[in-house]
Amino acid sequence: MKSLIAFWNILLKDMKNYYLKPPNISWGIIFPFAWMLMFFFKSGTAFKIEEIFAGIVAMSILFGTTSMLAVTITFERRARSFERLLLAPISTELLVFSKISGAVLFGIINSFIPVLISVLYFKSAVLNWYLLFTGIVLLSIVSTLLGLSIAVSAKEVFEAQTFSNFFRFPMIFLCGLFIPIASLPIYIRPVSYILPITYGVDVLKYSISNSNSIPVLIDIILLIIFCVGLFYFSIFNIHKKWIV
Amino acid sequence: MESIIEVKNLTKNYGKLTAVDNISFSINSGEIFGFLGPNAAGKTTTINMLTGMAKITGGKIFYKGNDITNKIKKFQPYIGVVPDDSNLYEELTGFENLCFCASLYGILRSKREVKARQLLEIFQLSEAANRRFKTYSKGMKRKLTIAASLVHEPKILFLDEPTTGIDVVSSRQIRNLIKKLNSDGTTIFLTTHYIEEAERLCSRIAFIKSGKIIKIDTVNRFIEDIKESNVVEVLFEPTHIDITLLEKLNSIFPDLECSFKNENTIKVISKGRIDISPIVSFLSANNIYILEAKLIRPTLEDAFVKLTGIEMDIMKKEKEKK
Repeated sequence: MKSLIAFWNILLKDMKNYYLKPPNISWGIIFPFAWMLMFFFKSGTAFKIEEIFAGIVAMSILFGTTSMLAVTITFERRARSFERLLLAPISTELLVFSKISGAVLFGIINSFIPVLISVLYFKSAVLNWYLLFTGIVLLSIVSTLLGLSIAVSAKEVFEAQTFSNFFRFPMIFLCGLFIPIASLPIYIRPVSYILPITYGVDVLKYSISNSNSIPVLIDIILLIIFCVGLFYFSIFNIHKKWIV
Repeated sequence: MESIIEVKNLTKNYGKLTAVDNISFSINSGEIFGFLGPNAAGKTTTINMLTGMAKITGGKIFYKGNDITNKIKKFQPYIGVVPDDSNLYEELTGFENLCFCASLYGILRSKREVKARQLLEIFQLSEAANRRFKTYSKGMKRKLTIAASLVHEPKILFLDEPTTGIDVVSSRQIRNLIKKLNSDGTTIFLTTHYIEEAERLCSRIAFIKSGKIIKIDTVNRFIEDIKESNVVEVLFEPTHIDITLLEKLNSIFPDLECSFKNENTIKVISKGRIDISPIVSFLSANNIYILEAKLIRPTLEDAFVKLTGIEMDIMKKEKEKK
């Protein structure tokens, strides 16, 4: 019960303090629009929404979650308010879980903006809503944990931003969003397969248009393994780097 | 008195640097125990190890006789920690900060709101309760940080330099609050570089330098131990005094060593007790009008300087630079 109270209040505080701030809400809305416009201009007049649907959802999640968590945690570390959480009688697992929950929710909500635009405005079909939702949730968790891994390594907010971009942009081009993995040079492909985003994008592609390249069950299992691995990697790093 | 915390051979190394070097001490239940030392003496590192914010290289920590060295998390519900920087959430109000800190200890909403209001009242911050923390002055921030560490009614409060960098009025209020908390039963572990603060507040003090405890004792014992001779200063109305008067004084009272401290003060030093009345009679008989005669006792500062070799002024300047 005590842990639940602590968890809920950390989540509420983060939502109020960071995620529900007007600049972040507007960023969450504008960002997917910007991506869609980019595709619109790139294709000239029209584009096939099913081809870009998964990509926009994935990028909205990836950029939203990694940016927010990397910055907010680094900011709290810098202001030393994170020490309050470390001094509280809650386990590091619960602490990490409560800190990532806000970012995961932010990622999920962000992703629904392009989903709603695609479905309601562009009349895109979704073949499997359950899998779409599963993909969005897993992608949000794994992206948030990537953001956390970056946050644990960064000391300053600008460092967190730089590290995030260092990871995010190569990931976009290597995860099969724009260029199918099969079309990538053979020596680069192994890199694609060690990126958790690759499997998240594949689940989204399957749920929208059946255009996946890996069996969806394997995608989901690997995403869960990545989530667990990144979660414990972050906890290990917190103990190693923050409690010195 | 029962010891609530006992530390044995505590050591902290950062690579080749030894920040805390094999220190042992105990904190008695209900006392204010002080760590007095300059920057980089190991004060904050010791607090960090005791509160789970730093890993322990060597040694043991006991809470009420139980070894908690490797399970500090279990000890955290019983402690409150006030770091040297006020570290609450800038965007939250004073009231929200206290409620949030209480929630981390699993306190229910109705209870934490009552507790938060009580603490705001005690710390004279009720009027600023709904203002954001970032709008508080340094003194107010420090008071709210102390209040936040008390929301769960800890048995022991760790205060790291509680009055550093804040104004005189706030410092005084904080010192009074510390005394009040202690008289209400909270055991307090305090680090400071202000000798007056340690002298006024602490039941016992540990002098710490370069990670090592030089000595632990009460203020009175520290002073008694360095007292080698008795000193009396006799202050008189400014007048012209013949130097031969001092020679006469020394010859009449051969056990005493009399000298001018300044133009209207005579300093009298003796290994034994000083009987002031014959000296006063002698000076009065020589038309010197006595204003005051006082026994000069060594101070805690004298003891600190003697034992550590560090001048207090240097400590203060170091801190100001920080």
